[in-house]
Amino acid sequence: MTRILVLFAALFALIGWSAASDAQEPLRVDVTQGNLDPMPIAVPDFVGASDEALRRGADITRVVANDLASSGLFAPVDQDAFIEDITNIDLRPRFSDWRVINADALLVGSVTIQEDGRLVVGFRLWDTRLEEQLLGLQYRTAPENWRRVAHRLADAVYERLTGETGYFNTRIVYVSEGRGIDGEPIRQLAWMDQDGANPSFLTDRSYMALLPNYSPSAQEITYVSFLDGQATTYLYNLETGRQEALFASGGAGAASQVDLDGQSLSARFSPDGSELAVSIETRSGHDIHLFDLQTRNLQRLTQHPADDVEPSFSPDGGRIVFSSARGGGSQLYVMNRDGSDVQRITFGSGRYTTPVWSPRGDLIAFTKQVGGQFLLGVVRADGSGIERILFEGYFVDTPAWSPNGRVLLFTRGEQRSNGTRYEIWSIDLAGFNLRRLATGGMASDPAWSPLIE
Amino acid sequence: MKIKIFAIAALGAFATACASTPPVDDTAPMRDPDPIAAPDNTGPVDTGPGYELGSTAHFVEAAGDRVFFGLDRSDLSDEARATLRRQAAWLASYPSARILVAGNCDERGTREYNLALGARRANAARTYLISQGVDPSRISTTSYGKERPTCMQSSETCWAVNRNSTTTLVGGYTN
Repeated sequence: MTRILVLFAALFALIGWSAASDAQEPLRVDVTQGNLDPMPIAVPDFVGASDEALRRGADITRVVANDLASSGLFAPVDQDAFIEDITNIDLRPRFSDWRVINADALLVGSVTIQEDGRLVVGFRLWDTRLEEQLLGLQYRTAPENWRRVAHRLADAVYERLTGETGYFNTRIVYVSEGRGIDGEPIRQLAWMDQDGANPSFLTDRSYMALLPNYSPSAQEITYVSFLDGQATTYLYNLETGRQEALFASGGAGAASQVDLDGQSLSARFSPDGSELAVSIETRSGHDIHLFDLQTRNLQRLTQHPADDVEPSFSPDGGRIVFSSARGGGSQLYVMNRDGSDVQRITFGSGRYTTPVWSPRGDLIAFTKQVGGQFLLGVVRADGSGIERILFEGYFVDTPAWSPNGRVLLFTRGEQRSNGTRYEIWSIDLAGFNLRRLATGGMASDPAWSPLIE
Repeated sequence: MKIKIFAIAALGAFATACASTPPVDDTAPMRDPDPIAAPDNTGPVDTGPGYELGSTAHFVEAAGDRVFFGLDRSDLSDEARATLRRQAAWLASYPSARILVAGNCDERGTREYNLALGARRANAARTYLISQGVDPSRISTTSYGKERPTCMQSSETCWAVNRNSTTTLVGGYTN
């Protein structure tokens, strides 16, 4: 709640100053209603002393402008409208030239290529109405990391202008969906930058891989693999490519107080990264378990005959939300991390699944199946208030929060004559700015990394 | 215990389309809008060289390899029980045969939910087979959720066909 207030305050302040020279009354902006006009921001190509530096500057400018535009909160001004030609970012811009093209903010930058090949990227963010610098930063990096720098730069601008942490310098792991020669489904893990750049596969075509989740360190993921013939939770190290089955039958992985005869499903990390919450099948059904990654101790948290699946930790690590058919149809429940104090938080008609706790802590995203439709919604974590539906369509699955809790990625399916077509889409918490994620082909099951350091 | 090796072999055959017999007749459900119909006595048998007794083809012909479930259900219909009784009888005649019972779901559900639902379907079939005298040690189960549909269109007919548990011979049978 405090963080939302920070956003409001920042936006009020921003729009306030942008209007100050024209009119006295501050504009009212309510981001939760999605009425926000994107803020016009001018991003001239970054300057440089050589052709190579200029080229790289233009590359970085494109990435930054694309990041900002993709948030729906910023509208980069068409470069053809620019009047002033920025040649030196250490000189004050001619603010009137930028105000006249309605650029409320101006981002100027420079690229220097050092003798050792490293890039130095500096930038200044200006308020064109108050004629004040809002931010001035410089990054130094290996040349191949220029995209990382561009995303960090966009995050810095986003944070300065909204008061919230950004989410552009992130990676997304997802399932690349295809069909084999005989029409058999192929599900491979792939990953890419948040904007679709640098895509590559993490697993091969020989087995199905589903439902990835990121660790808080961004160095590991869990996912569900069919390498062993049935759904099995795997831990995959993104830096080394090494992976291990955590709960395989015959169980090398876990301590053996749990009958490991059944499948194990999507595992989510505790906020400190030390534990996993995971649904594991026994002969009596699926129950939520807690797995300690250090001691390998596996503790059963629920013991209900109905299936308890899809656990997700609260950001303070104290509570776990999961879905269960214990009340008849599938609904969402919250409990303490030791399994006590189980509370039902959804009561509507339809089938509620895929609960994911927001990084802000106050909301839980879910999928709801009612009639022939699927809905993406959020509900308060304590079950109070009404649920809010952000998207409704033919098929919805696997919501994933941006690290700042402002945006959700989700699997969206559209009915086609040759079968359902799956893609990953994003939508903001206000239910606006619906966009397709730039995956190469059919895709599903997004997992959004934390901000990369 | 699950029998990992056989499950992997089955997946491998599926992925590489080698010459072994496909486990399921993909065309059968397409011509029949009623998914509950038992797969036996559905007309002339394949005109090929026939099948060996004790083979997968024999099992499919004599017992039927699939039983179907209602929407979001994992309880067995009378037709499903009849098919499973024939499977149990066939397995009694071939006591060295081992089976994999795989639960499948239609695509109109979220992924993890369907993996759990498929497991319930497989276990329902397994429990009934055991009640019909099949030794539990001969049965392994898995759930493919909605990930391995035999019918690919997005239609009610296909979804009904894909709500099943499929029994596959995985060892001790005639190839």
